Amino acid sequence: MTNIESDLACRDLTKDFDGFRAVDHVSFDVPKGSFFSILGPSGCGKTTLLRMIAGFQSPSSGDLRIKGRSMIGVPPNRRPVSMVFQHLALFPTMSIGDNVGFGLRQRGVGRSEIARRVEEVLDRVGLPGVSARRTDQLSGGQKQRVAIARCMVLEPDVLLLDEPLGALDLKLREHMKVELKSLQAAFDTTFVYITHDQSEALVMSDNIAVMNQGRFEQIGAPHEVYHAPHTAFVAGFVGDANRIDARVSAVNGHFLTLTSAASTEMKVKVADNSLSVGQGVQVFLRPEAIELSKTSKSLDGDHNVSQCTVTSVLFNGANSSVIVRDAGGNMINVAMPQTGSFADLHAGDMVFTSWHPNKARCYPLARA
Amino acid sequence: MKSDASKLGFYLLLAPILLWLIVLIILPHIGLFMVSISEKVGPREFETGFGNYAAFFGEPLYWRTFARTAIMSILATALTLILGFPIAYYIAKLTRGRTKTTLFLMCMIPFWVSELVRTFGWMILLRETGVISTTLQRLGLVSGPVELLYNDAAIMVGLVYTSILFMVVPLVTTLDSLDDSLIEAGYDLGGTSSSIMREIVIPHAMPGIVSGCIVVFMLSLGNYLTPILLGGKDSLWFTGMIYTQFITRFNWELGSALGFLLLALSSAIVFLGLKLSKQSLSNTMGRT
Ligand SMILES: Nc1ncnc2c1ncn2[C@@H]1O[C@H](COP(=O)(O)OP(=O)(O)OP(=O)(O)O)[C@@H](O)[C@H]1O
Ligand SMILES: [Mg+2]
Repeated sequence: MTNIESDLACRDLTKDFDGFRAVDHVSFDVPKGSFFSILGPSGCGKTTLLRMIAGFQSPSSGDLRIKGRSMIGVPPNRRPVSMVFQHLALFPTMSIGDNVGFGLRQRGVGRSEIARRVEEVLDRVGLPGVSARRTDQLSGGQKQRVAIARCMVLEPDVLLLDEPLGALDLKLREHMKVELKSLQAAFDTTFVYITHDQSEALVMSDNIAVMNQGRFEQIGAPHEVYHAPHTAFVAGFVGDANRIDARVSAVNGHFLTLTSAASTEMKVKVADNSLSVGQGVQVFLRPEAIELSKTSKSLDGDHNVSQCTVTSVLFNGANSSVIVRDAGGNMINVAMPQTGSFADLHAGDMVFTSWHPNKARCYPLARA
Repeated sequence: MKSDASKLGFYLLLAPILLWLIVLIILPHIGLFMVSISEKVGPREFETGFGNYAAFFGEPLYWRTFARTAIMSILATALTLILGFPIAYYIAKLTRGRTKTTLFLMCMIPFWVSELVRTFGWMILLRETGVISTTLQRLGLVSGPVELLYNDAAIMVGLVYTSILFMVVPLVTTLDSLDDSLIEAGYDLGGTSSSIMREIVIPHAMPGIVSGCIVVFMLSLGNYLTPILLGGKDSLWFTGMIYTQFITRFNWELGSALGFLLLALSSAIVFLGLKLSKQSLSNTMGRT
């Protein structure tokens, strides 16, 4: 079953804290040299999962293999993984050079060899000549890179990162996203990255696992997770989406006719239909899937068209959006077209929204 | 105007501590120093000079007692550190919440009774007819009663016991401030328990270790009751010697000189200790 190419494989990994299941039957493979993200809201069990991989917590059941070797019962200092901690955990009593050289010293590498390899790895992360400095003499982003260098100098099979960008400010976070990705490519090491920030996961990852309440809801490439979410949770958590509660009123092959709570009708195309008439559903619609127009003339008959009133315009450069209210009173978030043709839109204006039936995702309502 | 008012406020706030310093510390010491540099040349006749200090260096009993006191205090400090560190580590790092508070309180309980009572407690345990001696006899391990009191080991036990709290408290405080993730990072990078202790925990705890050691050393050096009660009449403790000069011999001049020497020499030892451990006083005291 285990793929030979995968660096890290988990099978039915479960962790119970007295009576509370933090990680629930999680299985996944991380291919060699890839960037794997685990994305989930706060408290869903990401850190617990990562700490099991690092060896700080032992799973209640399940198996964990690194390079095909089972890691159950192997202490953290014997595992071929390194971890970048959320607050980096650089040793404040040591210089940068001693920090980076710590792991090599534990392995009994010679002094001059350590100095050479420390310099080399600091050079690779773009910080040559800082080894004599103290940890508090570096900026946030530089500390980040030192923390990565400290792990990478040991050439681990898998590098684990626990929300390492959480402590940085927004601007630096944007910058480090790109940098982390290029560092990963340069070192050609498998990265397992956990975050609650969907944009970090989407930008950097080769594969994303979306986690909720200890379970993996979906594993896939960023575009799959974004465009073809498997569950309502994934659709709502990854990216922005308008959520409309509705009820199935007619089924016609792959086409459904839905009636929203406010009795407006819409057509939705679904890939495989397991829904029946009368069932409650949740419809998720991305803001950028909705087109705006000022007249109803040019609109396609297949689309769901409705006349709406603009309630507010949220200007945010390229990410500007408009909030409109449809006839049924639903508030819908619509991405502002980049052409500038709607630059003069004001609250209270009348507009038409239209969207293609295959743009929406439809999930049966979770039974309470 | 405003700066005048704030200055006044500053001096008013400073006044109590200045008063405390001057009245309770500086004035008595000036007095003591004045007494110590006056030599008795006849009944009620005094001359200014350093004869009392010369007496200390001239009489081997004095400086040997001092050296013995200093070495025993250093030894007691080291023992307290060796015993206190694991206790502090356990309290700070391996327990949480209520257990932590309980353990911390248990360390403090002995200090709710006076030093005298505590020391008598040890005497009850250690004397010839005491608990340990009788138990050993009952178990048939020894044939006759054993006297465990009135030797250096008994003094050491008493000193360590009286001062361990003052080691544990600063150590717990500094170890508490050591982020657990640093220890985990150490393990993650391949460290063993001993290398993590040596390279991460101890360097971090150094200010606490040094401040604990200073306090314990000073307490042991200046201790009077424990060496006298547990070590007996010949305990040869320097404070006991000063006491004798003042109270038994009525030789206030020599007593003051010895007191001053104790102050100077203990300061010198602390200074040397700080230099050796590469810590500064402000660093040590500022952090605990
Ligand atoms: N040692 C523990 N004992 C009991 N429950 C725990 C323990 N550690 C974590 N938990 C619980 O397990 C759940 C998952 O915790 P975890 O730290 O893995 O969350 P997370 O996904 O990393 O969240 P965040 O994004 O906020 O860091 C939480 O509900 C937490 O309360
Ligand atoms: Mg976490």
